[in-house]
Amino acid sequence: MADENDDLILADLSDDELVPQIHDDLYDGMKPEIEEAVHILLNRGWTPYDILTKALVEGMRIVGIDFRDGILFVPEVLLAANAMKAGMFILKPLLAETGAPQLGKMVIGTVKGDIHDIGKNLVSMMMEGAGFEVRDLGINNSVEKYLEALEEDKPDILGMSALLTTTMPYMKVVIDTMIEKGMRDDYIVLVGGAPLNEEFSKAIGADAYCRDAAVAVETAKEYVLRKHNRAKAG
Amino acid sequence: MTNALSELLASRDWLLTDGATGTNLFAMGLEAGESPETWNLTERAKIAALYQGSVDAGSDLFLTNSFGGNASRLKLHDLQDRVGEINRIAAEIGREVADASGRKIIVAGSVGPTGEIMEPVGALSHAEAVEMFEEQGRALLDGGADILWLETISAPEEYRAAAEAFANLNAPWVGTMSFDTAGRTMMGVTSPAMVELVESLPNAPLAFGANCGTGASDILRTVLGFAATGTTRPIVSKGNAGIPKYMDGHIHYNGTPELMADYAEMARNCGAKIIGGCCGTQPEHLRHMREALETRPKGEAPSLEAIVAALGDFTSADDGSKGPTEGGRERTRRRR
Repeated sequence: MADENDDLILADLSDDELVPQIHDDLYDGMKPEIEEAVHILLNRGWTPYDILTKALVEGMRIVGIDFRDGILFVPEVLLAANAMKAGMFILKPLLAETGAPQLGKMVIGTVKGDIHDIGKNLVSMMMEGAGFEVRDLGINNSVEKYLEALEEDKPDILGMSALLTTTMPYMKVVIDTMIEKGMRDDYIVLVGGAPLNEEFSKAIGADAYCRDAAVAVETAKEYVLRKHNRAKAG
Repeated sequence: MTNALSELLASRDWLLTDGATGTNLFAMGLEAGESPETWNLTERAKIAALYQGSVDAGSDLFLTNSFGGNASRLKLHDLQDRVGEINRIAAEIGREVADASGRKIIVAGSVGPTGEIMEPVGALSHAEAVEMFEEQGRALLDGGADILWLETISAPEEYRAAAEAFANLNAPWVGTMSFDTAGRTMMGVTSPAMVELVESLPNAPLAFGANCGTGASDILRTVLGFAATGTTRPIVSKGNAGIPKYMDGHIHYNGTPELMADYAEMARNCGAKIIGGCCGTQPEHLRHMREALETRPKGEAPSLEAIVAALGDFTSADDGSKGPTEGGRERTRRRR
């Protein structure tokens, strides 16, 4: 089998064949192949933005669907995200040069009083894997720490995580403070963590509850798109 | 080689473990955000009371307050240099409580996950993980733990690393995983895959099984999955007292003591030999569980329908062990 696989020469594929091949290789977490394919498309005159969105982000979208559906699990998803990031590493300086639109930026952290971080780390990794820029504030974040990071980074999204029923109410403290300071509507607020649900997210004034990392990525994309559309319209 | 747990397992049909550590410490005033393990240093009396609560409720075995006591977790509280002290004291307090109880009680040194993702997908190397588990395990044994008890593990790599560390310490141990993602662990391990993993180890644990996860129903489905492999190794079932719900500003687990009594009976009928609770389980639950195990006869393994009828719905459609990981999608490289 390995020999047959080696027979596949990426450079011999047409664009129409290479893009689905990139999706497959991302799915299988094949980092060197992703790097090679990104270089091939660049040499063929593709814009960095098209490579990012049509090849890499679309590939990760498929990975996200199968993760959500319980077909892929965390190890496979992280391998895919690592491969995606390798491709992204090549594209990043070029994207900046060409002034391509950014997918979005997120500040994320576990709330004050809560020391759990595995779920939050997965969201960070998958968001990066999907092409977002992420600043991870770690665990046990006070409202001051969140606001400071928002001021500094001006992200599109604020993500908050909590694993304890005793700490999840702190999310409301952060959102209430944002409202007081008149800055709530400048950000998309996404919340997640095992004991949360949709109802709770609505009750505290978040934009959305994200059940898992795959849902977080999809929700982030949807809200950022809406935000950008609104900005254009306004 | 015999040890306190293997002796007890040989003489009994079932053993009752303890319940939750976090839930009970919060009830004693632990502040959210504080590391529960710091209480070993500052609140000895409360940690003794925690253990005593399990002993008085009839537990045969309790876990030490050291779940987050490895260097990687303690680093989050800048306590990584005090691993030895924190774990040794956790076990010392346990030893005192067990020895004063007047009956045979096992002190199990709790070892939780590092919280890191291991190589190749993550950054934590096998050698580093072994070193951390060994450091913690040694301190627990020094403090007087009878056995080491690995719990809430998701990754097979991490389970193996802990096993190697415990082999280096020549320590008897038990190890459970948390099956919380569509019937599997977060890293995709199914119940039969865990049995294979356990049997592949050069120093297999005295007992293995599941803890935490989602609801009480789900963990029994996992136990049935273990038993279906025909394993003869004792199975552990430490399930949550129902599912946490956020009601009127505070925490509430929907598992009543009566429900946990039914859970304990069914866990034994499913094939578990070491039975206990996890998050949300308090001494009152344990008392009801003990009574159920003592007074109700062992019966046939329940059907999935009977489990749902007694304990509530499963949180996922199946236990994830059917069908390949690949699902409907082609995993090999496309060739044209």
